[in-house]
Amino acid sequence: MSMSLYVQNRELVTPGQLLCEGKVSISTPTTVYCINSKCYSAVVGLADIEGDKIGVIPLEGFYYPKVGDVVIGIITSVGLTSWEVDIRALHPAVLYASDFLNRPLNPGREVLSDYLDIGDVVLAKVENVGRGRTITLSVKGKGFGKVCKGSLVEISSAKVPRVIGRKGSMLQLLTNECKCEIIVAQNGRILIDNCPSKDFEEIAILAIKKIEKEAHISGLTDRVKEFIIKEKVRRGLFVG
Amino acid sequence: MGKGGVKLIEGNLRHDGRRFDELRSISMTVGVLKNSNGSAIVEYGRTKVLAAVYGPREPPAKHVLLPNRAVIRCRYHMAPFSTHERKNPAPSRREIELSKVIREALEPVVMSELYPRTSIDIFIEVINADGGTRTASITAASLALADAGIPMRDLVASVAVGKVDGVLVLDIDEVEDMYGEADMPVAMAPTLRWITMLQLNGVLTHEEFIQALNLAKKGIEVIYNMQKEVLKKKYLSIKVEE
Repeated sequence: MSMSLYVQNRELVTPGQLLCEGKVSISTPTTVYCINSKCYSAVVGLADIEGDKIGVIPLEGFYYPKVGDVVIGIITSVGLTSWEVDIRALHPAVLYASDFLNRPLNPGREVLSDYLDIGDVVLAKVENVGRGRTITLSVKGKGFGKVCKGSLVEISSAKVPRVIGRKGSMLQLLTNECKCEIIVAQNGRILIDNCPSKDFEEIAILAIKKIEKEAHISGLTDRVKEFIIKEKVRRGLFVG
Repeated sequence: MGKGGVKLIEGNLRHDGRRFDELRSISMTVGVLKNSNGSAIVEYGRTKVLAAVYGPREPPAKHVLLPNRAVIRCRYHMAPFSTHERKNPAPSRREIELSKVIREALEPVVMSELYPRTSIDIFIEVINADGGTRTASITAASLALADAGIPMRDLVASVAVGKVDGVLVLDIDEVEDMYGEADMPVAMAPTLRWITMLQLNGVLTHEEFIQALNLAKKGIEVIYNMQKEVLKKKYLSIKVEE
């Protein structure tokens, strides 16, 4: 395969920067573009080279819904048969009442705000992304539905992969060290629940904020582990 | 001697002590506003411009949406306190025109086809005006777009070349613009070698035009490198907390 590279793996690149020339496959089609078999970055991000695949992981950006994504949404308006949900995407999503209730709805008798009102939080799955960019959500399945307790943390959706880590390593670290249930939604909202105490919850939130801030610097997992231990010692939570 | 009897060139230097091919001192900062998706402040000497980018988002007026790409909306505005005499804050004919010129300078590089039925809104506020506000605005808006994470084919950098007392000079300021013979703002996407904006006010001969364009390219190259530096600096300056 003929290809010449102009950047190193994990190098910080800017829009318009030449990445490579020749035949390559692009792993992130929205952040890399090619003209005359030359590939350029389209965003500020980190070059990601794996074999003959090249991509750029953006450092800023917004959430593009994909079918099957787990998202945490906030109800923004209540209709007759559906809710409009903010999932931090370009367009609001729709959650149908018949899906939420799992039975046909009688709009004459029932008022949807009895079930979910403006400001309520739902954990849902993206069921469909239509051609007109209409996004449909579904709450079928275990664990989905209205969220009644816990803390909600918002981070940039571009940094979600770092909170999960390679093969879920970072998320596992957070769950084990803070002993909380942590749900990371693809749209950059994170739900922290069932913590042993307020302190653990706060440590988890601070750790997530640290991950978001330092996402582009390598050695993140070790630093976060150290940070959590330090915070625990400071708060007198360390046992053993 | 220029129009109106102002001495603009003395020996090999201009009225403010710059060489003919020297830019004003330029400074750039990105990520200055919290509520916007991306923002930047750019200073060309005493000219200071703030740009903020929102979107892609659903605009309040749905009729402007396009089915195949995002609409780019741009507002160039001069603050009432940006000039010597108070400027009426209502958008003037000039500001409406410049909004369009700046938008068209950026449209070729923004990959708007990725976001159908949305709008990308660019707000440009001139805080202090001393010539070259449209070029500073384009530089600032392109930084703000990159800061917002909107995919772009390249950054756009812009600078003006003028003819003052018969000499071509780079990055003219307000005095040189007022009393000079010609003013030519140029915007380019340097990696792709695209000229996205070219205006000419005044008269240049064919040879002078070629020379002026080459001079502008030189200036744009310097500004472009500064843009790349400042975008990288935002992340490289974050230090690991101990």
